[in-house]
Amino acid sequence: MNIVERLEKLDRRIIFLLTLLAVVIPLLLPIGFKIKVSEPVKLFYDAVEALPPGSMVLVSSEYSPSTMPEVYPMNQALARHCFKKDIKIVGMGLWPEGIPLNQASMEQAAEEYGKEYGVDYVNLGYKAGGIIVISAAAENIPNTFPLDYAGRPIEEFEIMEGIRNFDNIDLIISLSAGDPGVRHWVMIAQGRYGKKVAGGVTAVSAPAFYPYLNAGQLQGLIGGMKGAAEYETLLETSGTATRGMDAQSIAHGLIIFLILFANFFYLLGKRRKK
Amino acid sequence: MPNNVKQFLIVYPISPLCQALVKNAIFILTSRLMCILLFDMLLILMLMVGINVEAFDTPNESSKILSSSELPAPPTEVLVKDKPNDAGGSIIVTWGKSADDVEENELVKEYRVFRSGALDGEFELIGTANKGFEKFVDGTTIDGTQYYYMVKASDGVVHSQSAVSEAVSSSAQWFHTGRISMLVATVIICFLILWFIGKAKKGEKLYIRPIAGLEAVDDAVGRATEMGKPIMYIPGIADMDDIQTIASVIILGRVARKAAQYETPLLVPCCRSIVMSAAQETVKEAYIAAGRSDAYDADKIRYLTDDQFGYAAGVDGMMLRVKPGAIFYMGCFYAESLILAETGHSTGAIQIAGTAMPSQLPFFITACDYTLIGEELFAASAYLSREPLLLGSLKGQDMGKAILIAILIGGVILVSLGFTKIIALLATG
Amino acid sequence: MKKEIPLLITFIAGMVMILQFFIPHRPFSDLQQLFNTWFLIITVFAMILGLGNLFKVHTKRLQRRPKGWWYSIVLLAGFAIMFTVGMVWGPARGTPFDYLFWNVHIPMSSMMFALLAFFVASASYRAFRARTPEATLLLVSAILVMIGRVPLGNYIWDKLPLIGDWIMSYPNMAGQRAIMIGIALGIVSTSLRIILGIERTYLSGK
Repeated sequence: MNIVERLEKLDRRIIFLLTLLAVVIPLLLPIGFKIKVSEPVKLFYDAVEALPPGSMVLVSSEYSPSTMPEVYPMNQALARHCFKKDIKIVGMGLWPEGIPLNQASMEQAAEEYGKEYGVDYVNLGYKAGGIIVISAAAENIPNTFPLDYAGRPIEEFEIMEGIRNFDNIDLIISLSAGDPGVRHWVMIAQGRYGKKVAGGVTAVSAPAFYPYLNAGQLQGLIGGMKGAAEYETLLETSGTATRGMDAQSIAHGLIIFLILFANFFYLLGKRRKK
Repeated sequence: MPNNVKQFLIVYPISPLCQALVKNAIFILTSRLMCILLFDMLLILMLMVGINVEAFDTPNESSKILSSSELPAPPTEVLVKDKPNDAGGSIIVTWGKSADDVEENELVKEYRVFRSGALDGEFELIGTANKGFEKFVDGTTIDGTQYYYMVKASDGVVHSQSAVSEAVSSSAQWFHTGRISMLVATVIICFLILWFIGKAKKGEKLYIRPIAGLEAVDDAVGRATEMGKPIMYIPGIADMDDIQTIASVIILGRVARKAAQYETPLLVPCCRSIVMSAAQETVKEAYIAAGRSDAYDADKIRYLTDDQFGYAAGVDGMMLRVKPGAIFYMGCFYAESLILAETGHSTGAIQIAGTAMPSQLPFFITACDYTLIGEELFAASAYLSREPLLLGSLKGQDMGKAILIAILIGGVILVSLGFTKIIALLATG
Repeated sequence: MKKEIPLLITFIAGMVMILQFFIPHRPFSDLQQLFNTWFLIITVFAMILGLGNLFKVHTKRLQRRPKGWWYSIVLLAGFAIMFTVGMVWGPARGTPFDYLFWNVHIPMSSMMFALLAFFVASASYRAFRARTPEATLLLVSAILVMIGRVPLGNYIWDKLPLIGDWIMSYPNMAGQRAIMIGIALGIVSTSLRIILGIERTYLSGK
């Protein structure tokens, strides 16, 4: 194997090492690239912004700790946005691991804005069944979630007075990393019950949701850490997503460089063979 | 790579006519009409602004009329109607905002909605709506009973009331009028599928184009056997309520039968317990059909975890330990797709993937030897079994697609010429 | 008979769900809710099924002691610890369960997702080659989207994010929709085959 072939088929451990450096160095030595807000994130922000104070937003967390770096900053920023506007949050989740993460986001924001559990926000917890849970909650929320995430009866909470079904929810937001997730909320809550639905998803899944956004079935879309950073920019806060943008920029730059590098040697090898 | 790219571009597996049409059409058609046809036809757009129903009031409050210089302007035009297309028990109340319902004014904090069974009867508070809202859905009515509504603008202490509405009663509907276009589409597509199934039953020969990924299934099993290595079958991370998982379990049956014939171990790690149960039954059945029921081991089809990346970690670990000769990824995948496929690639196994998750297709195309794109996954059962009834349904599906393409092209032309009424005709509500 | 009963259940449930989509009147609306409730109950029991299998497989491994059998101890111990603290103290904030979730589960899970960055880099390096005109087109658009979607792109040239957005919003979306139309029809066809009992490979029994 000559040098050209060797470089073309570079050991993947070298690529791993370069990726590690591309991520770690900018985290330690921030550059501070300016973040430009994209249209889908602006639409998401506008959908929340358009709600009058006292509105009810249902935030469903369909992600797990693994996708936290991408989705958790969205969850945190969303909770802050709602409480800043005196919007009430009903939390729930179709993934069990999403519940504590949603709860932590709401608690953190509640502390900052002086909101109270049971009055300004509540966490209904997890229910197994995916798409059927959405369908059941659309018809009757108290029957589907008789207890909150910690096992307390929901009728104890002031926020739940008068909440019967999706008629009493002004906006539904699903923060999702997979299945069940945004797709199912669109299918049931938007498609069947005509509710306004917005979503936050991981970057690798985001392209699949553009058709829903364009069709008006999604009010807005936050895709990955970049989307979360854009949302933080709109809220004029700096969270973990904004801080991660430098690393992501450099990592993307590295991948592009590697692709060009590999292609250079590929074309060189091809010419030599000729 | 060239084959992969071609495979990626050819999204329509059956009719060559459809392939040509689609390849040329998809990048030309306007996004708006496509959205109408696919989404507005398949999903319903019915706007219902939810209202916050809370707070209770004293029963006699309705008769309390205050006159004060700080009295807010009353809501105007209270209109009532039965909530359309529902199972009954709901009435929609709408009103015009109070003139004092403006951001800089604190005179209106909420609207209080009252209801009475008689025009001159006592009005009872049934719920509130926040400032800025103009709609309330009363979901506590009894069908056939007449009601009168009245809305008060309130700052929490003083309030001014609107005129009383007309009488209204709720009722259940026997047909959802917003879903007519959906019904028509369903009937046409079902008719076409059933018609071609009927034709297939009569013994008509139906052509189905070769699908490379499915042709390779038997080869992959054979190669694993030659290498003396096991086969891994990953049925995705969705539950049995996802049609992709059902399609995956169907293909598993075929793979399991081949594996049983060749006496090659088959490992099926599952992310959902119901999928595990269905996979166990399918594999067991395949082993019995192959006459190798003694070789069936239920523990090889095991549940790992519902956790997305916990599952990815478990499957990656298994791959690296057992070094399979062939790996199948069939079903619904999300961000874990590349983590699985790259690890599989590093083991040197022949990899065949199939998913209807468009965002994960590029990853599988990159890391796997063959990829079933979208509907090819659903065609697998018919393709592999060659059963006439299943092939008939595929042909019907293909005809449905041809009709959709014709509507798309016709629609684009009509809208471009200014006939926008077609949009309303196709939309659902 | 073993196959006919599940097929009958599938047919009835499928038809009821289709009918209630078009007929909001009772009894169809009530039946939908009833089926939802049944499904939710069955799903919870299915979780027990998974746990049972997990236990069975790993206790067998402990008895047989194959290579790497000690990993089964880690799994069973992990399960026992999380289960016990969850049952005793509950999942609320500040409990031992919450502590384990944030300090053990989260770091381990995040590590798995982080692998994606490395795998994307190595897969891109290996697979993105300008072998044909189509592949070159794919390569160029991938680079434009990648660079256009991070702040670095904006820094290099302020039009790059616009180009990236255009690729995502038009060619990408058109392709996605074409695939989705095919998938939707595939789902309709498969569902119909299942409801009518034509497709029965997923069921066992005679």
